[in-house]
Amino acid sequence: MREPVRFLRRVAVAAAIACTAPILAAPLPAFAAETPVRGGTLTAIIQPEPPLLVMGLNQQAPTQTVAGKIYESLLTYNFDLSPRPSLAKSWEVSDDGLTYTFHLQTGVTWHDGAPFSADDVLFTFKTFLPETHPRARALFGRAESITAPDANTVVIKLKEPFPAFLQGFEVSTTPIMPKHIYAGTDFRTNPKNATPIGTGPFMFDKWEKGSFIHLVANPHYWQAGKPYLKDIYFKIIPDAASRALALENGDVMQSQYNDIEPFDVARLAKLPNLTMTKKGYEFVAPLMWLELNTRVAPLNDKRFRQAMMYALDRKFIRDKIWFGLGRIATGPINSVTKYYDGDVKKYDYDPKKAIKLLEEMGLKPDSDGVRATVKFMPLPYGETWQRLGEYVKQAMGKVGVKIELESTDAAGWGKREANWDFDITSDFLYQYADPSIGVSRTYISSNIRKGVMFSNTMGYSNPEVDKLFETAAKENDPKLRQEDYSRLQKLIVEDVPVAWLLEMEFPTILNKRVHNAITTAIGVNETYADAWVSPK
Amino acid sequence: MPHMLRFLFSRLTKAILVLGVVVVLNFTLIHAAPGDPATVMAGEAGAADQMFVDQLRKQFGLDQPLYVQLGTYVGHILQGDLGYSVRQQRPVADLLLDRLPATVALTMSAFVLALGGGIAMGLLAAVNVGKWSDSAITVVALLSYATPIYWVGLMLVLVFSVNLGWFPAFGYESIGAGKEGLARFADILEHMALPVVTLGLFYMAVYTRLTRASALEVSSMDFVKTARAKGQSEWKIVTRHVLRNAILPVLTVAGVQAGQLVGGSILVETVFAWPGLGRLTFDAVLQRDYQVLLGVFFVTSVLVIVFNIITDVLYVLIDPRVEIA
Repeated sequence: MREPVRFLRRVAVAAAIACTAPILAAPLPAFAAETPVRGGTLTAIIQPEPPLLVMGLNQQAPTQTVAGKIYESLLTYNFDLSPRPSLAKSWEVSDDGLTYTFHLQTGVTWHDGAPFSADDVLFTFKTFLPETHPRARALFGRAESITAPDANTVVIKLKEPFPAFLQGFEVSTTPIMPKHIYAGTDFRTNPKNATPIGTGPFMFDKWEKGSFIHLVANPHYWQAGKPYLKDIYFKIIPDAASRALALENGDVMQSQYNDIEPFDVARLAKLPNLTMTKKGYEFVAPLMWLELNTRVAPLNDKRFRQAMMYALDRKFIRDKIWFGLGRIATGPINSVTKYYDGDVKKYDYDPKKAIKLLEEMGLKPDSDGVRATVKFMPLPYGETWQRLGEYVKQAMGKVGVKIELESTDAAGWGKREANWDFDITSDFLYQYADPSIGVSRTYISSNIRKGVMFSNTMGYSNPEVDKLFETAAKENDPKLRQEDYSRLQKLIVEDVPVAWLLEMEFPTILNKRVHNAITTAIGVNETYADAWVSPK
Repeated sequence: MPHMLRFLFSRLTKAILVLGVVVVLNFTLIHAAPGDPATVMAGEAGAADQMFVDQLRKQFGLDQPLYVQLGTYVGHILQGDLGYSVRQQRPVADLLLDRLPATVALTMSAFVLALGGGIAMGLLAAVNVGKWSDSAITVVALLSYATPIYWVGLMLVLVFSVNLGWFPAFGYESIGAGKEGLARFADILEHMALPVVTLGLFYMAVYTRLTRASALEVSSMDFVKTARAKGQSEWKIVTRHVLRNAILPVLTVAGVQAGQLVGGSILVETVFAWPGLGRLTFDAVLQRDYQVLLGVFFVTSVLVIVFNIITDVLYVLIDPRVEIA
């Protein structure tokens, strides 16, 4: 009979603690540590070494991570992809969806002291980016006029409605470039490219090639009192095992994307000094698939492609090859991207169904049990992708399809992918928040362009899909837009132009001393104006 | 000495011919690999259109026919210009010079360690042939030779850096420490410890085995017996008679390797994040950065030739029986 008493007493004590805790905790250091500490130094891995840091000229992933601290764009995005202010403090979209008005922050200066104004934005949108940046070129190709009624306002008029337009103002798509440095010069050979000048919270200081990049706090940053960090070192560590060790022993405090091989992630995430988050990749939302060249027999038959979906155990791929990083993809749109619809045909792992489809096609096993032979060129991005190749070979072998693996390097892969010189290859593409930006390019027949990477290299063509993508891109009403996208997701999933495997999740591994780093959908590419590091 | 001058002159003329062939051959081979820098950069950007790739090709000069590109390149080389890396936006000579100190520090220290240690251990093993010290040295040499070099590197990091914390694991020096003068030198030395040992161990194994075999062969020769018969001390027999004769094959191998070492060690530089030439080369291969790659090949070829000539001269100095021709 003593038990209940003890229990009650414990409850009472707990309740008392719970009530007084906030009062007690307020002055304690544990609580106080949550207010940002100034003057910290962040060290992060950067890999591979970027070729240059001018965001308007180069948008490689590592370039974005470093240059995202130097340059800024008009907007950034919350985890749910809704826009939030950056260099634009507010914005309006007209009801007809044709006019976008941006009001710029005031008191912004470039790192060299020159004042920032709408002139820089106009120069960037009308001159610089259309010359250098494929994604921005496509975006501003939709604009009829870009004007600045005053020094703090930019107005963009579109030729026709394009509701995804507001998703185009993230820093890697439209970084604002300084007019006073680039106007009238050859952008690519401008000597100032070696010392990038932006408006961001961090300024370029030093780059020891092959070793590190050093950024220092911008003392005149337009958000008064920020950044909290004194400086940032990006260390170039080329070996994956060495990168894991560097995180482990505290040499670096941050890794991103695929810096750490999936098989090491779980181990590192459990270490007492480290923490792991999968947030911060919502904007790019990479989707991984097998690209199936629909010009080549037997891949030209829908049933063969469906058979592949049934023959591959995507749960196995997720759990055993990517060690749990990723979600099983249902179709062409990532579930974190806008207008996703999961109500589509499901391809659960079922080798029997695969065999049935192959039989239907008349592909009978020969004396070695082989029904067909196709070549597979894995993406040359390291060990994990190689393992995927080996798994595909094994899994397809079980249903009688012989896979011949072909090896290549990044340059060779790019050339062959762009020129349709493959049967199957693995690939992953970013979705950039909206299907009309990052998804349609893979499936619309007008984007079958030989020699261009990441286009519709499968040669897939479905007039109905084309039409739906076209109308959805212009539809202002989100409801009608969703209908179009739901419909086309069903159609594409039935056709299987690519075999969707996973919605990739990248781990960002952070030292527990790092705070407020991942705050938006662009994760490590954010400016880090709010990030801080607590003392050891 | 006119002999020597004539020898050097003829070797240098030949060297220039060889270099010419090397340049043309390298150029052709590099361009035979599939893909080009424009493809690589388009792939890295994650999105591309035709205009993007065309602009890059033009910028890289890849829109010209191959023989025109070759002509331009040879022209530049003749003027002592190694070219310009469009990808990195720097002259190739600058890129190479940036990486040279780190590479030379690493490879030359490893080379000295390997050569010194290897000859000493090989000699020790040969003198004590059949005894436990001989067996121990042979086993260690065999192990160091057979173990993959990157694995040795990682294990050294794990033990001496992660667990014991004696040496820094990566890099060339402490970043952002602002050290100057002697403090900086000491810092670089600390950083060098693990990579130098990793790289040195491998070559040391080679030299140990070579020296041991060669010394054993020499020590059974008549002149060694004579020296022993006339009462020469064992120490002098080993150093003056055995070593001086046994070292020639070691020198041959070392001469060839010294030239290559300047090209850096891709594996060690990768594991230890060492900013040397080996990694520059490796990255340039993957990125199809033709100019950088040709520059590295050119410099390495020159050095291999130079070291070969030095080796030949050394032969003469060590072994008077060898004549130059």
